[in-house]
Amino acid sequence: MAKRWLNRHALRGLVSIVAFVVLWELVVVLKLPYLKFLPLPGQVAASLGQSIASSAYWQDWELSLGRILVGFLAAQALGITLGLAMGISRTARRFVFPIFEVLRPIPPIAWIPLAIIFWPTTSLTIYFLVFTGSFFIVALNVLDGVKSVDQSLVRAAYSLGAKPRDVFWRIMLPATLPYVLTGATVGMGVTWNVLIAAEMVTSAGQSGLGGMTWAAYTNGVLPVIVVGMLSIGVAGYLSSALIRFLGERFMPWRRRI
Amino acid sequence: MSAGGALSIRQVTKVYDPEGVHVVAVDNCSLEVASGEFLVVVGPSGCGKTTLLNVIAGFEELSEGEIRLDEGPLALPGKQVGPGAERIVVFQNGALFPWKTVLENIAYGPVVQRRMAKNEAQRSARELLRQVGLEGIEESYPAELSSGVQRRVEILRALINEPRVVLLDEPFRGLDAVAKSVMHQFLLDMFERTRCTMYFITHDLDEAIFLADRVVVMTTRPARVKLELSIDLPRPRDHRVLGTERFLKLKQAALEAVHEEALKAFQAGERELA
Repeated sequence: MAKRWLNRHALRGLVSIVAFVVLWELVVVLKLPYLKFLPLPGQVAASLGQSIASSAYWQDWELSLGRILVGFLAAQALGITLGLAMGISRTARRFVFPIFEVLRPIPPIAWIPLAIIFWPTTSLTIYFLVFTGSFFIVALNVLDGVKSVDQSLVRAAYSLGAKPRDVFWRIMLPATLPYVLTGATVGMGVTWNVLIAAEMVTSAGQSGLGGMTWAAYTNGVLPVIVVGMLSIGVAGYLSSALIRFLGERFMPWRRRI
Repeated sequence: MSAGGALSIRQVTKVYDPEGVHVVAVDNCSLEVASGEFLVVVGPSGCGKTTLLNVIAGFEELSEGEIRLDEGPLALPGKQVGPGAERIVVFQNGALFPWKTVLENIAYGPVVQRRMAKNEAQRSARELLRQVGLEGIEESYPAELSSGVQRRVEILRALINEPRVVLLDEPFRGLDAVAKSVMHQFLLDMFERTRCTMYFITHDLDEAIFLADRVVVMTTRPARVKLELSIDLPRPRDHRVLGTERFLKLKQAALEAVHEEALKAFQAGERELA
């Protein structure tokens, strides 16, 4: 029964994808205004085939993923630490929070000019931008998490003989974990936005999936633009799936509910 | 298992003073709980009975008076022994750790006190579950259990530490009547078996009289002892006791006192609103 249900859903998904491709083909073939420059699905597929066979394409993947990894992990590490500090110590919160309130509303993309000027290399610039993209989100989510830890759990732990250290490591941290996951999920989405924008702006030769897409635009190779877009979509999807997987791995008590 | 502790609450006053608003939650309240006694505290909601429990548990400080457990001081003004495993709290809404399995939850106390190795603690947790007929849920997470089973696990998590007093703050609130009666039987079994002192808060009079050796009715805020009722119903008790004349008589006496206080609380509430 479960299998048939799954199949029906898979079938619907397939139908919708096929319909989308057919519509795409029609739009180009019928030369609808504004859309007639769109490459045909077949052309995109062929271009994708060429890309997959070329090492330059995979280097772009590697470069983008590497940048995401460094910037995102740094944002997690610092964001979680600062979020915990702000959550636990009122003094830390009073020091840091005002700066947060000023800097947080600035869209990460608005940091691009300053970042280019400040950082000596393209890589450092992009790491920094990717970091900025998710750092505030992560820190604020963790802060929120610490503040919403159920106080009766904390009291129960003390009542059972726990020391403040035990409460921090065994109660505060696991109770905050779902908020860390939310921060990571939202942060990852923003991170890809920022990365692609940054790569397009700082594009210089080899420069990741964003740079590849932008180079295809400046060279007027339309199918490659679409290949770049699709690649970015797949990369974003895979990153989110990885975070979901890690979330379930580290929070088994939520998986089984 | 260890014998229960005697709890002595002497002229305790608790005043809250958030930003100049002077609120007396507990006023000159004295209460003796004998070793191995099942005491039930009854009073209108918000009367300060939970505050008193929090002070005994070590979560809050008292303003005046003192509290002793077996002659060792627990709380004096400005000098508070923090929470500890000799007086464990069972909470109103349940406080099992959602990220720990049943076994890990029960084993938590002995492990965190570094009294037992993890293996050993889990072995005795398993044994405890077996004794009360709750095998098969060892590896479950709390969210996978019914609330009745959760409460039983929580009580076991307290009892594995052989506390001298168990402080129960309306632990069966929100359970349906059937689950509640199962819980009552379970708690009485545990009480017979361990004989540790029970300090139990509720506003359900049937529950109070069914469980207690003695029922204490509190006044509305600030909390003071209004009435003490010795419950001389023979143990072991089961649900049949609920229909006996003696039970109904005791309930009537308690009801009058509670009703009077509830009315006062209601009028005070109206005054505050006016």
